[in-house]
Amino acid sequence: MALITFREAIRQAMDEEMARDERVILMGEEVAEYDGAYKVSQGLLDKYGDKRVIDTPITEAGFSGIGIGAAMVGLRPIVEWMTFNFSLLAYDQVVNNAAKMRHMSGGQISVPIVFRGPNGPAEYLSSQHSQALQSVYAHVPGLIVVAPATPYDAKGLLKSSIRNDNPVLFLEAELMYNWKGEVPEEDYLIPIGKADVKRVGSDITLITCSKPLRLVEQAAQHLAELGVEAEIIDLRTVKPLDEEAIYQSVRKTNRCVIVDQTWPFASVASHIGWLVSKNCFDYLDAPAELVTSEDVPMPYNHTLELEVQPTVKKIVDAAKKVLYM
Amino acid sequence: MSLGKYEKAFLMNLLEQMLLIRRFEEKSAQMYGLRKIGGFLHLYIGQEAVAVGSIAALDMKKDYVLTGYRDHGHALACGMHPNAAMAELLGKVTGCSKGKGGSMHFFDVENNMYGGNGIVGAHIPIAAGVAFKVKYYEEDGVVLCYFGDGAIHQGVFHETLNMAKIWSLPIIFICENNQYGMGTNYKRVSSVHDYSIMGASYDIPAWQVNGMDVLTVYEETQKAIKLIKDKNTPVLLEIQTYRYRGHSMSDPARYRTKEELEEYRSQDPIAILQSKMLEEGALTLEEYKELDNKCKEIINESVRFAEESEEPPLEAMYEDIYA
Repeated sequence: MALITFREAIRQAMDEEMARDERVILMGEEVAEYDGAYKVSQGLLDKYGDKRVIDTPITEAGFSGIGIGAAMVGLRPIVEWMTFNFSLLAYDQVVNNAAKMRHMSGGQISVPIVFRGPNGPAEYLSSQHSQALQSVYAHVPGLIVVAPATPYDAKGLLKSSIRNDNPVLFLEAELMYNWKGEVPEEDYLIPIGKADVKRVGSDITLITCSKPLRLVEQAAQHLAELGVEAEIIDLRTVKPLDEEAIYQSVRKTNRCVIVDQTWPFASVASHIGWLVSKNCFDYLDAPAELVTSEDVPMPYNHTLELEVQPTVKKIVDAAKKVLYM
Repeated sequence: MSLGKYEKAFLMNLLEQMLLIRRFEEKSAQMYGLRKIGGFLHLYIGQEAVAVGSIAALDMKKDYVLTGYRDHGHALACGMHPNAAMAELLGKVTGCSKGKGGSMHFFDVENNMYGGNGIVGAHIPIAAGVAFKVKYYEEDGVVLCYFGDGAIHQGVFHETLNMAKIWSLPIIFICENNQYGMGTNYKRVSSVHDYSIMGASYDIPAWQVNGMDVLTVYEETQKAIKLIKDKNTPVLLEIQTYRYRGHSMSDPARYRTKEELEEYRSQDPIAILQSKMLEEGALTLEEYKELDNKCKEIINESVRFAEESEEPPLEAMYEDIYA
């Protein structure tokens, strides 16, 4: 096992898939000559040339649509959005074209494309550059939404996403790119739609995905000091959701807190909360609690912006509430 | 223009395709009136020469076609069977899209026809993506991307023209200017009245074409294809045409005068070709009637086929979403 960063894991996944499959191309703003706005695609231009690593103008709707069209006739494009905030310019292309072509054509077409880039708040970027959009994308049938939190999961899931025949939204985060983790030297895949138990426990289930995983792990440490053993379910894929993994854990612990960085209204967290209350009702010793972003646009001020997001304290407090502590 | 250089069979084929589309659309309007078809139905009557003339210049084994929601004519010209088209309008499982797409979403991948796209202008980058694939594999094909005068102001049109040029994509952008974006005359909402000017912003060769004459459309499309191959550049064509019916079935088209409509009916694309062929002895009136009856019978048969076809089963709603 090698210790590498999240950034290197993503790069390795793209590199390996481009090496094994000529149909895979990478396109987006600054991906080629600049080596990637966050240096994720560093070195890929030198290795694969400008036919397969393509700098685009700043036209998200246009180049996302071109990727979709190319996917419809057999290429397997990876479209990098500099951040998911700018994906909203391409939202029509993703929702009306990528997600629906197969259905509207009665199954004649598939759209094997990956849209990837940093999602959710970084730091000091105010409202337009600090949005977590998994709930917005998970709402749409026809899309797959993948949100890993470790280099190991990121690499295995990105490789699976590139090989998948459907449109995949692959969520990363600026602040995760330097996170380190162990990744095997040999080729491996992680299946889409499978959650992972990141910590085994018997007293409460903490459900999360993507960047908040670290906060959840710290909260679990605090809880352990209080004598509470939390089980952590890392969803890894938001859609399709691994409902069985959630139910299995909640039926064991009888208590549940869902932590997600999107806004709370009609969100990934609220959906899971509904599923848990519907499908684990007889097992629950307390209503499920949600820890989400506050229902406000992100402020620039650092104290405020941290407090808008899930925090370790908020997670611990929610767990205590569910545990009647 | 003299017909001398064309084989009779070729001319007869153009005439037949335009007639087939005309009869298909007339029957569709009838079926809509009978409430066998619901939703939006955008008819192509008056514009037949655009799809037929341009697609006649293609080889559907290697070339591609994408269009907007006024798509029946393009699908039939690409070779879609009228049975599959009519069954789709009736929402039947035997329709080209299994009854899930309807009028606006005709797809025929076997004939390289990739929709049938409902959001105004949103298929323009999709078409460029198809051209990107053609270029990537150094294939010989070209892509024809049709859209209306209403779509040309969408951002993705401009974004796509720019990328098509910098990447030298083999694509012809065809603006079918039927003069009305829904009920709005194009001159009221466009800063220029000659859309071919828009090619200049992106250094893309562009010109206007008379879309009421099928042979002119055919020849100008051939020129555009030659330009793509010789000069390694995309092309923009504004093909000027006219729709006789409203934007969709609910539109009585009160925004134009009877005189205007009559003026265009006098330039009817089918009548133009028919009278030229009659004049030059390439067609007799009997042959024309025979051809027309043949088209009517094909369309009547498509209605029989569609009406006898099954509705999709309820479980079909969960199918064809993920591959």
